[in-house]
Amino acid sequence: MGSLVLTDLYASVITDDGELEILKGVSLTIESGTTHAVMGPNGSGKSTLAYVIAGHPKYRVTSGTITLDGVDVLSMSVDARARAGLFLAMQYPVEVPGVSVSNFLRTSATAVRGEAPKLRTWVKEMKEAMVALQMDPSFAERNVNEGFSGGEKKRHEILQLSLLNPKFAILDETDSGLDVDALRTVSEGVNTFRAQSDAGVLLITHYTRILQYIKPDFVHVFVDGRIVTSGGADLASALESQGYEQYSPASA
Amino acid sequence: MTTAPPIDLSPRLSSLDPDVFDVPTGREVEWRFAPLTAFSRFFQSIEGAGDVRAKHETDYVRNVPISDVHSSWLPTDRPLAVARSLVRNAVVVDVPREQVIAEPIVLQLQGAGDTSYQHVEINVGAFSSAVLVIEHDLDRDICGALVVNVGDGAKLTMLSVVDGATDAVHISGWHTTTGRDATFIGCAVTLGGGFVRISPSVTYAAPGGNAELLGLFLADGDQYLEHRIFVEHEQPHCTSRVTYKGALSGPGSHTVWVGDVLVRRGATGTDTYELNRNLLLNDGPRADSVPNLELETGEIIGAGHASATGRFDDEQLFYLQSRGIPETQARQLVVRGFFAEVLGRLNDEAWRDSMMSRISVRLGLAPEESTAEESATEESTSE
Repeated sequence: MGSLVLTDLYASVITDDGELEILKGVSLTIESGTTHAVMGPNGSGKSTLAYVIAGHPKYRVTSGTITLDGVDVLSMSVDARARAGLFLAMQYPVEVPGVSVSNFLRTSATAVRGEAPKLRTWVKEMKEAMVALQMDPSFAERNVNEGFSGGEKKRHEILQLSLLNPKFAILDETDSGLDVDALRTVSEGVNTFRAQSDAGVLLITHYTRILQYIKPDFVHVFVDGRIVTSGGADLASALESQGYEQYSPASA
Repeated sequence: MTTAPPIDLSPRLSSLDPDVFDVPTGREVEWRFAPLTAFSRFFQSIEGAGDVRAKHETDYVRNVPISDVHSSWLPTDRPLAVARSLVRNAVVVDVPREQVIAEPIVLQLQGAGDTSYQHVEINVGAFSSAVLVIEHDLDRDICGALVVNVGDGAKLTMLSVVDGATDAVHISGWHTTTGRDATFIGCAVTLGGGFVRISPSVTYAAPGGNAELLGLFLADGDQYLEHRIFVEHEQPHCTSRVTYKGALSGPGSHTVWVGDVLVRRGATGTDTYELNRNLLLNDGPRADSVPNLELETGEIIGAGHASATGRFDDEQLFYLQSRGIPETQARQLVVRGFFAEVLGRLNDEAWRDSMMSRISVRLGLAPEESTAEESATEESTSE
């Protein structure tokens, strides 16, 4: 059993006009094997939360801590965090021209596992993971995210999730831009990962529809840079019918 | 959007007589970027200069007196005319007609003394096919021509690698003539040299010719690397593709890419496209990129150009690092990917890998051990 623990986390985004505080005291503990959904309106800072955990250089943590199984995460480089067992499925995955998916996946798997996977088993492993996500084999020869549709990008993120097998996975708006079929496939990918590992999952979303496929153990409402209320899966249903207005700072 | 003033790309002055060309002052459009203090030594005759020789003669490669060379090529600027008037020996590569040569012909060029003139003449006979790798060992200053004749229906793939001392001056004028339905693929890889000016030009002797000009350059320190392309379409139904990519690092490096394409009135059915991309790896370097396209006929299949210079994308780096890939390796992947478009067109994995590892070393990025690139290949062939 491990845990990803955020304690009173404050962070700012660094812009040309200076720094703007976005996270205003986030505390959250995710135990292995549990799934937490963080839900919030646009601009609440929930994607920033994802990026700060992954270590994006655009953000600066001003106070608070993040630990993974008790080890300080904030002092680690981006790649060291991934090798320590963190994974961020991105909302807007970046194109990397000239780098094939197969080359990219094997390079990351080699980095995360600490040794190059044996070629024969690796090819099989990659193919099986792709089939599970209903991805055509030709996908492996394409350049990373280049010319991918919205659905292909998200499948590619979940493909990485299944191959890199992290201890804690953060899924940033993985449901956005997906049609019903793609959402089902991607959700099944996440559920398979949850079933086969003892990982903790942090699901960041604006809408409740992905929660019909991926059942969270805990739901947190995120408004203006902090968690304003937490509950079980039933909290999501309440949000579905009532929206976020009751939590907005103005009505608080 | 800026509108450049019209430039008349033709006619170009050409002569064997150096004095037909004025000594460049730096105000000429062809010399406006170049540091003349470095290049000016080649504007006048140099006493005691040596000649570039082929290090090894083979079945196809010979060192011959310049009097044995009979091509109709004429120099198009002063340094090339000076070099042509003074060079005493030439390197000749002859591929007889109707020969398909599977193994690459390797030509290692070597100067003599502090300064050398160069005349290389490459003739590929009709319906032959060959691959030529030219290694320019630039430990001394070199100026001269590289004249290529690709016969009717023939195909030449030429990879020219310029590497060497970072204070060496190099002027190289390529001139390629393609015959009917002939194909020329010419890739300029410029890694070394302090002040380098390479000017590949292509003309078509008959309809149906295809030219692909590829380039890959890497500038660091205070290197000045200029690639000046001229493609003259005067025959119908010919194609040209120009793809040059450069990566720049180091405080004072400067690269110049000029792509001039002229489609003459009679060149109906022309299909031409040129592209230059430059990647700035850090602050300081300067990349100039100037595409020029002049059309004298509208009855063509296509004509276009694209040019862009951008900084290293930190989001790409973050994405790769967030998958556990260490920063140095992530940078290497991005740069390899950037150049992959050019090297991929060569369709030769041995060259591609060898060029990429040379580039990686130059960038201070440790070469990958047991590259994932190889595995990708194995996979695709195991299908």
